[in-house]
Amino acid sequence: MSVVFQKTPYLTDKPFHYCPGCNHGIIHRLVAEALEETGMGGNIVGVAPVGCSVFAYDYFNVDMFEAAHGRAPAVATGIKRAKPDSLVFTYQGDGDLASIGTAEIVHAAHRGEKIATIFVNNAIYGMTGGQMAPTSLVGQITTTSPYGRDEAWCGAPIRMSEMLAEIPGAYYIERCAVNNNANIIKTKNAIKKAFKYQMEGKGFCMIEVLSTCPTNWGLNPVEAMKWLEENMIPYYPLGVKKDKGAL
Amino acid sequence: MALTLMKGSEAIAEAAIRAGARFFFGYPITPQTEIPEYMSARMPEIGGCYLQAESEVAAINMVYGAAGTGARVITSSSSPGVSLKQEGISYAAGAQLPCVILNVMRGGPGLGSIQASQGDYFQAVKGGGNGDYHLITYAPSSIQEAIDIMQFAYDKAEKYRVPVLFLADGIMCQMMEPVEMPPMVEYKVDPEKKPWAATGWKPGDDPAKRAVINSLYINTEELTVHNNHLQAIYAEIRKNEKMWECYKTEDADYVITAFGTVARIAKSAADSLRKEGIKVGVFRPITVWPFPYEELKEATKNVKAILDVEANEGQMYEDVKLALLGSKPTEYFGHCGSLMPSTTEIIAKIHEMMKEGK
Repeated sequence: MSVVFQKTPYLTDKPFHYCPGCNHGIIHRLVAEALEETGMGGNIVGVAPVGCSVFAYDYFNVDMFEAAHGRAPAVATGIKRAKPDSLVFTYQGDGDLASIGTAEIVHAAHRGEKIATIFVNNAIYGMTGGQMAPTSLVGQITTTSPYGRDEAWCGAPIRMSEMLAEIPGAYYIERCAVNNNANIIKTKNAIKKAFKYQMEGKGFCMIEVLSTCPTNWGLNPVEAMKWLEENMIPYYPLGVKKDKGAL
Repeated sequence: MALTLMKGSEAIAEAAIRAGARFFFGYPITPQTEIPEYMSARMPEIGGCYLQAESEVAAINMVYGAAGTGARVITSSSSPGVSLKQEGISYAAGAQLPCVILNVMRGGPGLGSIQASQGDYFQAVKGGGNGDYHLITYAPSSIQEAIDIMQFAYDKAEKYRVPVLFLADGIMCQMMEPVEMPPMVEYKVDPEKKPWAATGWKPGDDPAKRAVINSLYINTEELTVHNNHLQAIYAEIRKNEKMWECYKTEDADYVITAFGTVARIAKSAADSLRKEGIKVGVFRPITVWPFPYEELKEATKNVKAILDVEANEGQMYEDVKLALLGSKPTEYFGHCGSLMPSTTEIIAKIHEMMKEGK
């Protein structure tokens, strides 16, 4: 019997702790497969800070760092400067990257740090139980915006990809989603491109992946995917925000 | 060996490089800015890395990343900046990452002043960040001593897998002294000696060798095991790594306790008092963590009284009293903020204690 498909060895055998319907599982697999396909095995380091993906060191089968909330790009900077030939990636959520870690992500991009960031945006703080994030949509009900996010009170949702694309040091920024097969393939290709650019010594790359959080959105997985398509994608348009390699 | 006249900040920076440090991440803040300035010029000369971070928070996290690869890494800052680093220091202590951190103390609280102070003693030795942890904390009192300690600081950090803190002050870094520099060490990461470090791993390799640099133990039993392990390391450090200096304490009737640059002022005061015929010595902890409790008690067993002198509100005085447990009369003298206690003031205080029959 021949093997026609097998799980990438770049994921461990540990079962994910993620909630049913959460997109982290798909995104983890895409990242791990992309890591395997780089052929950089033995020279890959990942960094995952506080958030739902804080246990990523249990799942990604490479050298891994757990980082303080928001600090992954700074930790990755230290790793990359010490091991310039390694493939270094961060895996961060929106509460992390778009709030407490804005200084670190902006300056990593600004320095043109040769790292790849996988930014999983589900418009909410998942790990702590569904609080409003800077990315929560206007009107979105969360445990800390029980009357819906009020733009006059706490501002409009922040579009990190568009913001970071303005920075000269950012080399490649794309926003993706994993809501259907076509988009899953696009996401994987984007991640692979980010890794390829890093190995070529280009600049900072970030792939934002829109994701569902059925548990904290109070929706079932199918409804959550529909909510993402009807509410998140219109506000957070998919596509390449910047690609210096395509110029 | 020829002596060179060097400024403290530059001498300490060069000493770290001579000890194998090849990565510096920092941020400007008075009175330690000469350290990043020196590193920015020197690191490229020797194939090292100087990187100015966007904040002290980022700098210590860059240290966390580079130290996790096994490299010898250093950062420096001054009091308000070191406060910002505490999050990262706690993570480094939890993840057991060897590194060297310099605190060139200035006056506080808050923005305080830019002059020298010793107000960060509590922060340094009683835990500046969250959780039960300690840093091996050296409080050198001369530039040469700082250079000499730096030569083994990384060895200690790596042996015990703890961050090492230098508790210096603005005077130490701004003054110049003749110093002797040690030879250059070319440090190479040895994956066999640092099996915990991210030195390269792929699926199929020995799973035990995959680096997981982490301070999270979500299961309380596992966190307890981890903490007990850390405490066992700290017990070893307490046993093996205490350093102190006894200056003319053998026949002393009075001993002054002081650390860092204040201990130099205390020694001048002791010498002056001895000229008056009053037998005064100085006990100086060189490691303020671990604190030499038993050694202080032993060195002062025949004295009439002890005077603790500090450039703070008497933070180390708590450890002095803990060492003596009420067995001797003790007094504190010092100033908060950045006003240094003077020899004249210390002499007057000893006279006052004698008048009170202490």
